[in-house]
Amino acid sequence: MSDTLGTRHTRTAIPTYIILYAAAAVMVVPFLWLLCGAFKRNEDFFTSSFLPRGDGFLGIAWSSLTLANFRTLLADGSMFRALLNSIFLSSATALVATLVCAMAGYALAKYESRLGRLMLGIVLAAVIVPPTLLLAPGYQLLFQLNMLDSFTGLIVPAAAPAFGVYLFRQATLSSVPNELIEAARIDGCGELRIFSAVALPLLRPMVSAFTLITFLGVWNNFISPQIVLQSAGKFPLSVAVAQLKGVYYQDYGLQIAGTLLSVAPVLGLFLLLQRDFVSGLTSGAVKE
Amino acid sequence: MSKAFTATRWAPRLLLAPFLVLFAVFMVYPLVQSVILSMQQTFGPAHTRFVGAANYKNIIADPLFWRAVKNTLLFTLGSVFIQLPLSLGLALLLNRPGLRGRTFLRTVFFAPVLVGVVFVAMIFGVLFEKRTGLVNQTLHAVIGWDLDFPWLQRYVMPALIVAALWQYIGFNMVYFLGALQNVRKELLEAATIDGAGAWRRFIHVIVPQIKPVASFVVLLSIVGSFQIFELPYVLMNGTAGPDNQGLTIVMYLYQMGFDQGDLGYASAVGWLLAMLLVVFTLVQRRVGADSSRRSLA
Repeated sequence: MSDTLGTRHTRTAIPTYIILYAAAAVMVVPFLWLLCGAFKRNEDFFTSSFLPRGDGFLGIAWSSLTLANFRTLLADGSMFRALLNSIFLSSATALVATLVCAMAGYALAKYESRLGRLMLGIVLAAVIVPPTLLLAPGYQLLFQLNMLDSFTGLIVPAAAPAFGVYLFRQATLSSVPNELIEAARIDGCGELRIFSAVALPLLRPMVSAFTLITFLGVWNNFISPQIVLQSAGKFPLSVAVAQLKGVYYQDYGLQIAGTLLSVAPVLGLFLLLQRDFVSGLTSGAVKE
Repeated sequence: MSKAFTATRWAPRLLLAPFLVLFAVFMVYPLVQSVILSMQQTFGPAHTRFVGAANYKNIIADPLFWRAVKNTLLFTLGSVFIQLPLSLGLALLLNRPGLRGRTFLRTVFFAPVLVGVVFVAMIFGVLFEKRTGLVNQTLHAVIGWDLDFPWLQRYVMPALIVAALWQYIGFNMVYFLGALQNVRKELLEAATIDGAGAWRRFIHVIVPQIKPVASFVVLLSIVGSFQIFELPYVLMNGTAGPDNQGLTIVMYLYQMGFDQGDLGYASAVGWLLAMLLVVFTLVQRRVGADSSRRSLA
């Protein structure tokens, strides 16, 4: 940067920092509030915004904080069940979808054929189909396949997202060199082993990003389990937590505790693996 | 492609097979079926009756559908015209050279993207409550706002726009930031040397270069906003809200298809939604093309 630019920038630096950190503070408020609300008694919601005020350390009534919300929530085991359901559904879908998409994306990138080009066109066209258009016919199809109210009915239809194939095709083109494949072939390596032993390790960044994105998408999905599942024992957190609002509509602490239970695991996962997340979520459109 | 690649024919087919089968069964078939279904009346998934174009006629004659269209358009306009300029503003500020804490700030702005829409609705459902909600409490403390201000009873749309703003501002910001980081520094410096101020550099140097990404973000925003369902559905506790204020097109689809069991009618709503989306996208591209011509002149 030139000096003329540099001096201009120091002059305007302070407002920039103030705006950015003020905006960041506003963004954090709902999280902070979520964290506080989960441990509050219901009556304290009327008198305090975050933590109940009192004589304790920092002017906060620490003794009024309670685990009762979580105890009620987990008492009948249904919310714990929902947590396990969410973990299972998200992991299973993520693993299957990643494998299916990686295989297809790799094949489309590395084996040239007229059929392949046609397929790529179809895949790209499918990306623009609004998912809501498939709700009604998809439901009817699951009914005909006898897959309603089952985990299979949620996992299998979600196992072949078209954009995933496109992402893996792009990743293969940019990070799996043809020379390596040919060298492996000369060494007598079979085609499927080339995919699993040569290409997959090179595709690892996309594999982890795509697994995470799919996991997150399933974890947060509401409409599919809401439509497909009928028995309460199969509900994932999204559906189970939304129902808290109907059943305990005045019990804010309970609703908030359930929400915290659902949000905390994915936020933790994100903080651990954030580079994969961000680059994965925006891949295809932006070079990070 | 080398000859060695074409020598093996079974491997690519094997690799493609799982995707092809799933894609054909769960994407292509339902898509085709939805056309047929949209010309049927159904009573649950099993009983159907051919009705031709009657579904489309009935939808277009239903004032409730137009109410849903109006609400959805309002929400979409709110998302595009409030959320996106703010996202771009944040990205511009974050992109200043030598900024400290950029990664931290980016993480903070991006974090709500990870929270599912259902959970956002749960959080904002309580934040917008009358006496117990943080929004009224804060506004009351600062400017003496009415503690009983009925957000979820009378002002559903602003509440929805605010909740969506919190959730997606960081998502759009990350795209804009990526585009800004690819703006060529030499051009910016040349413009500065030529005496262009910050505003003129923004309009004449930055905007033309981030345009492809910006129009992609607008497109994503329109497509996403048009299909809004979970936010109002959970916020309004499974209803369309008082006086159908929170009724969106997909919620109308859901009510018809799954509460009332007419999957045919719901499919017809789905196709009308898809057509509206196409129209809106074309308009957006047209507007985008016009404005780029103007900036070149």
